[in-house]
Formats: sequence, C-alpha cells, structure tokens
Amino acid sequence: MARPAIRVENLGKRYRIGVEEEQHETLLGAMGSWFTAPISNYRRLRDLSHFEDDENRDDVLWALRDVSFEIHPGEVVGFIGRNGAGKSTLLKLLSRIAYPTTGHIELVGRVSSLLEVGTGFHQELTGRENVFLNGTILGMTKAEVASKFDEIVEFSGVGKFIDTPVKRYSSGMKVRLGFAVAAHLEPDILIVDEVLAVGDIAFKKKCLGKMDEVSKSGRTVLYVSHEMSTVTNLCQRAYVLSGGQIVHQGPVQEAVEWYLDDMEVLDRDNLRLDEVDENERGGDGRLRFTSAYLVDRRGRHTHAPTAGEPVEVVLEYEAQEDLPRVMFWLRIDNHLNVPVSVLHMRSHETYYDIQKGTGRVRCRIPNLPLPNGAYQIKIKAKDYVQGHMLDALESALEFEVSASTFFGSDYTPDINHSTVLMEHGWTHEEHIDASVSPS
Amino acid sequence: MQAEQREATATVLPSANGHASSPEARRLVRIEPPTGWQFVNWREVLEYKDLLQTQVHRGVTVAYKQTVLGFGWAIIGPVFSMIVFTVIFGNLANVPSDGVPYALFSYTALLPWQYFSGALSGTTNSLVSNRNIFTKVYFPRLILPLVPLGTGLVGFGISFGVLVVLMIWYAVVPTVWVVFLPVLIFILMLTALGSGLWLSSLALQYRDVGRIVGMASRLLMYAAPVVWPVSLIAEKLPEHYETIRIFYGLYPMAGVIEGFRAALLGTVPMPWDLIGMGTITALVLTITGAFYFRRTEHLFADVA
Ligand SMILES: Nc1ncnc2c1ncn2[C@@H]1O[C@H](COP(=O)(O)OP(=O)(O)OP(=O)(O)O)[C@@H](O)[C@H]1O
Ligand SMILES: [Mg+2]
Repeated sequence: MARPAIRVENLGKRYRIGVEEEQHETLLGAMGSWFTAPISNYRRLRDLSHFEDDENRDDVLWALRDVSFEIHPGEVVGFIGRNGAGKSTLLKLLSRIAYPTTGHIELVGRVSSLLEVGTGFHQELTGRENVFLNGTILGMTKAEVASKFDEIVEFSGVGKFIDTPVKRYSSGMKVRLGFAVAAHLEPDILIVDEVLAVGDIAFKKKCLGKMDEVSKSGRTVLYVSHEMSTVTNLCQRAYVLSGGQIVHQGPVQEAVEWYLDDMEVLDRDNLRLDEVDENERGGDGRLRFTSAYLVDRRGRHTHAPTAGEPVEVVLEYEAQEDLPRVMFWLRIDNHLNVPVSVLHMRSHETYYDIQKGTGRVRCRIPNLPLPNGAYQIKIKAKDYVQGHMLDALESALEFEVSASTFFGSDYTPDINHSTVLMEHGWTHEEHIDASVSPS
Repeated sequence: MQAEQREATATVLPSANGHASSPEARRLVRIEPPTGWQFVNWREVLEYKDLLQTQVHRGVTVAYKQTVLGFGWAIIGPVFSMIVFTVIFGNLANVPSDGVPYALFSYTALLPWQYFSGALSGTTNSLVSNRNIFTKVYFPRLILPLVPLGTGLVGFGISFGVLVVLMIWYAVVPTVWVVFLPVLIFILMLTALGSGLWLSSLALQYRDVGRIVGMASRLLMYAAPVVWPVSLIAEKLPEHYETIRIFYGLYPMAGVIEGFRAALLGTVPMPWDLIGMGTITALVLTITGAFYFRRTEHLFADVA
C-alpha cells in the first residue's frame, strides 16, 4: 500500500481579523483617545497573535476548519472555491509558510510552492542575478541553479535581456523568468496558486504544458485557480472549498460543475436584473428585463453549459403597457470581448406581441458550438412599431463552458485556437485524376 | 492547550523506506500546531547556506549599485564621521584620546560602531522589509536577520583598509593583540545577532520598534566609548570607578571598542574585564533571542 504524498487531518486555521475602530463624536473624546490609543493599539496588535480570550469573539475567523484529505503520489488535484474560501490559506499551511491552529499535515518528499512568480526579485539586479536569488529562495542550491541556468533562460525566452536589470523588463517578461526558474525545480510535490493569471496566452499554454509534464513524471501537483478551463484540463480530481471547509469532492468535471451550479444558486439571489441601476441600462423603460439565465438539457439552471448539448437562454421581463411587435436579441461575447454571435429574432422574421405584465422569452440553441471558456451575454428588446429601444443590458449573464461533447470525441479545439466550433466532415479520395478535378 | 503557549514545529523524520541522509531520500515532514519552547534549527540554516550567500550578495550589490562612488561610500561614511568628531570633540571640546591623535582614536572606534549600528538597523528591519518573500515561500526565517550581519562585513572590510592607511600615516604600530581581533569581531556580530533576533520579531509585530531602534541607536553611540575613552570615567568619578566599570562592561560595545583600541593602538591594556562582561550580555541576548525568535516564528506570516 503506497503511502499518500499528502495526508491532512482535521486541519484548522484561525485568524484574527480587523477590529473596528472607535468613533469619536467630540473633540474631547478624540483627544482622550489620542492618549489611550497606544494602549488600545497595543492590544489590537497583540491580539493578532494571542488568542487566550474568549474563543467566540466575532473578530476571530476560522479561515479553514476541519479539513481532511489524502492525495497520492502522481495525482493532480484542483482546489476551487469563491474568494475567501480558504484556498490560499490551505496552500500556505501545506507549504509551511503559516502554521495550523488545529490538526496536522504529513507530507512525503520535497515541496515547492508557487504562490507567486518571481518571489524575491530585485528591480535593480539583472535577470541573471535574480535567477540565482529566486532559485535559492525556492530552495535550490547555487550549483543546481547554475547547472540549469541555460535551460531556464531558454524556457523564459528573455534571451539577450538576461544581463539587463529586471526593472527594464516588461511585467510579462518578469513573470516568464520567474516561472522559468520555478519550472526547473524538481519537487515531489508542486503547489501552485493562481500564478498564471498574468502572462500572455502562449506562455500560459507553455506553463500548463510544463505542469502537465511534471505530473506525468509521477510528481504530485496541487493547483488553485479561478479559471475552470485550466482546472479541468490539468487536474484529475478537485475539492470545492467554501467557508474554510471542503463541501464537495470528486472527479474534476463533476466537481467543477457542482461548484459552478452552487455559485449560480448563490448568485440568483444576489443579482436580479430588476435591481440593476437605471444608469447601466438603455431603453425607455417600458419593458424591463427582470432576470436572465441558462437552462441545460435536463431543464436545470446552469452557469456551466456543455458544448455540443442543447441550452436555452431564458429572459424574463415585466412590461409597463401593451407592446405590439417587440423583438428580442442577444449577443454572446467571449473572454476577450470579441462578439461571437448575435441571436436575433429578425433573423427569423418574427416578433412577439406583448401584453402589460410579466412574461418569459426562451431562445434555444440546439447544439452549443463554443469552445471551453468564459462568456458574457448582452440582451436587448426593441419596439419595432415606434423603433424605440425598450431595454438593453450590457452584461446580463455570464457563463463558462467547461466541457464539450460537440464532436463526440475527446478532442475539441480550445479557445486559443477557435472562437466557435464548426460542424464539419472529412472525406478522402485516392489516385485523383487531374482532368476530372474542378479547376 | 492555548495556542499562545505553542511553538512552531515541523519535524522531519526519515521515512520508513529511505535514509534522510541520501539526497534521493523521500522525507516525511509532519506539520503541527506549535508546541512549547524550542531552540532554533541550525542544521536547517546550514542546508540553506546558499540562500544566505545570495541574499548577502544581493544586499551588497543593491547597497552600492546605481551610486557614482559605489564602494567609495563605505570609505566616505566613517571618514566623514571621523572628521566631524575630530573637529567637535577632539579640537573644540578637548575630549582626551589616550595619547593618540584624536582622528585615529575615533576612527578605530567607528569601525566596530558603524558595523554594529548598520547590523542593528538591518536585522531589526530584516523581517519587515522581506515580508513579501517569507509570506510566499518557506525557508528558515532565521536566514533573514543573518543577512545584514554578512553584508555589513563588506563595508567593515573596506573601512578597515582605510584604518591601515591612517595607521601608516600616523606611524602607529599595532600591538600583538591584533591576533585577538577576530574574537572581538565575533563578539560584535554576536551582539548584533542577539539584539536582531529580539528586535526583528518585535518590529514585525509592532512597527514602532523600528523607529525606536533608529532613535536609540544614536543614544547608544554616545553611551559607547566612541567619542570618549573609558579612562574618562576614572578621571571624572574616581571613587566609584571599579564598580561602574564592571557594570559598564555589560554593554558589549564597551569591551569591543576599547578592545579594538587596545589591540590596534595600544592606548590601554587589553580590557579583559569589559570584554568578559560584554560576552555574557551577548550570549544571553543571542540565546534568549533565539528562543524568542523560534517561538514567534510561526506567527510571522500571519501578522506580516
Ligand atoms: N493573515 C491573515 N489575517 C487575517 N485573516 C486572513 C489572513 N489571511 C487570510 N485571511 C482570511 O482568511 C480567509 C481565507 O482567505 P484565503 O486567502 O485563503 O482565500 P482564497 O480562497 O485564497 O480566496 P481567493 O480566491 O480570493 O484567493 C479570508 O477571509 C481572509 O480574509
Ligand atoms: Mg487566494
């Protein structure tokens, strides 16, 4: 029975968060506090590290609570969750930057954590000096850095800039150099926290490729990101964190869907379109969208439709008066704000006669042709009798395609290479006769 | 148990199927809530000696890069102080200088003093100014307060060269006790390290500490026999001289500075009593500091 690479039991981390400052109404009160401030400031600073008082004070935050899991050597595991869910805290405990309040962790082998790219870079020093600085901070010896130096420079692509002070680098170049150093560590366990958000697409791909390579060579990788497509590409399993606890775990596809659905449930209560500020919407207001959402094949609300499956965009509205001949349309933009497609009722030469009150419009896409990635939908309604815009919302709905059955095979081109998925077929003939082929 | 009484622990055990000593060994690391008091882990610091080296290198390069004079500043700093002191204390105030030219007298003291004050402020700020590093990567935190001790040595070496020139100029021959200088330098470094261990951790938790040290450093210089000789005490307070001298020795810079003068200028016999008392203080500071640093270490990332 192989020993797990990482075993975590009942892990908990408690933080003291900011205590509210007192407010003073009078000058005298303010002056008094000026003298007592050192005492209260001292208490406040001291409290950051001392917890002997009441355990349940409201300025105490359990950033992690009762987290247990096991990860085996060679596994690539994702951790996903909303902002403040405790992902970074967990990675900090695993990499010994911060210490747990309860529970324990057992790790086998050398751990490298990449919570930031290029830690310890100094602006005034050259790329070369910084490679050594960063490499030794990450736990390499000088000899190790020296032996990999050429590869590092090669990988980073900064080339002849290597002897230039880092302050003259573009921010992308710094990231490249930093990642190149980290990529040449040889840890048994690699911990990565959202470091690829910066850097251009080509480099991001290179990094993901490198991490894939690391995992293929039998090392364990822990990966945190808000980009679901990289999580699904890279990881086999994922844990969903919420409020410092593991709320779901499973194969990556399922965990990501669970998380996105969960987020959708939370969002639906928070973001209703009828609460969108009047300044942020167009139109004359005789009709107002009240809600917009996606519904999947099984009729469930979703934020993560699957490419190749049917999906419906549902728009709910409230009309202030009877409106004959209203046309709806929507525009799908991708993560680069490139319009992917407009779905317009005019293309169908149709319109709806709308009566005062509420209603719902559905737009069905039988076979969602989008590569994995994040998208936004703009929605509009126009009165074609008077030619007036009724309502227009720039960002009514966001969704993320994270899986594809479009071609029914395991290869779907990704968003860096395609904007839409196009149905197509291939044929092949042999021994062609030039005289017959069309000229 | 209360968290307050815990201490950072990350035990490294050899795994069942490997040897901790072989480079290929897969080590089992156990990370637990901190418990009890512990001494610093020197072995781990040794494993990271390359990090210490590159950080010292960085400190030196950064200090002298982008300045026109570069290393010249290491000469100008103490020479400038020497000139000011010679004019004010040597000429105007007529402070005695144990029979050597006042310039040489004060410069010999400025040598260890400049190292000490530089190392003191450097170590005190070592955690605060590197918080963007140690909140992102694990390495023995003890490396950070050690770095200024190393970078300071470069300036010290250069200033020492100037002293040699001055001694030739004034035709002063050092005593045989120059061989004892490395020991004095060691006590000097130990004092800076001990104070630094306490102050770096405190300064991270309470930023006021950095400012206090900045001001106290000036006061400490006049408390040390930099601009005046210890023999001045005998002159001004002859009846209590013996007692005062014992207690004064508890300030390690007293023994170090008078020791420098005794070894290099031969103005006074080697002040063994001062040096002995100072060593006690330095050791106590370093040992308690090491415990305090280790005990608060696990908080660094949380409060930074
Ligand atoms: N040093 C600290 N002191 C006090 N509270 C902290 C500290 N570090 C983190 N926290 C709190 O712990 C909680 C979890 O933070 P964490 O950084 O782990 O979230 P995250 O899941 O990484 O979020 P994100 O997706 O935004 O990166 C947050 O509420 C945060 O405010
Ligand atoms: Mg985070």
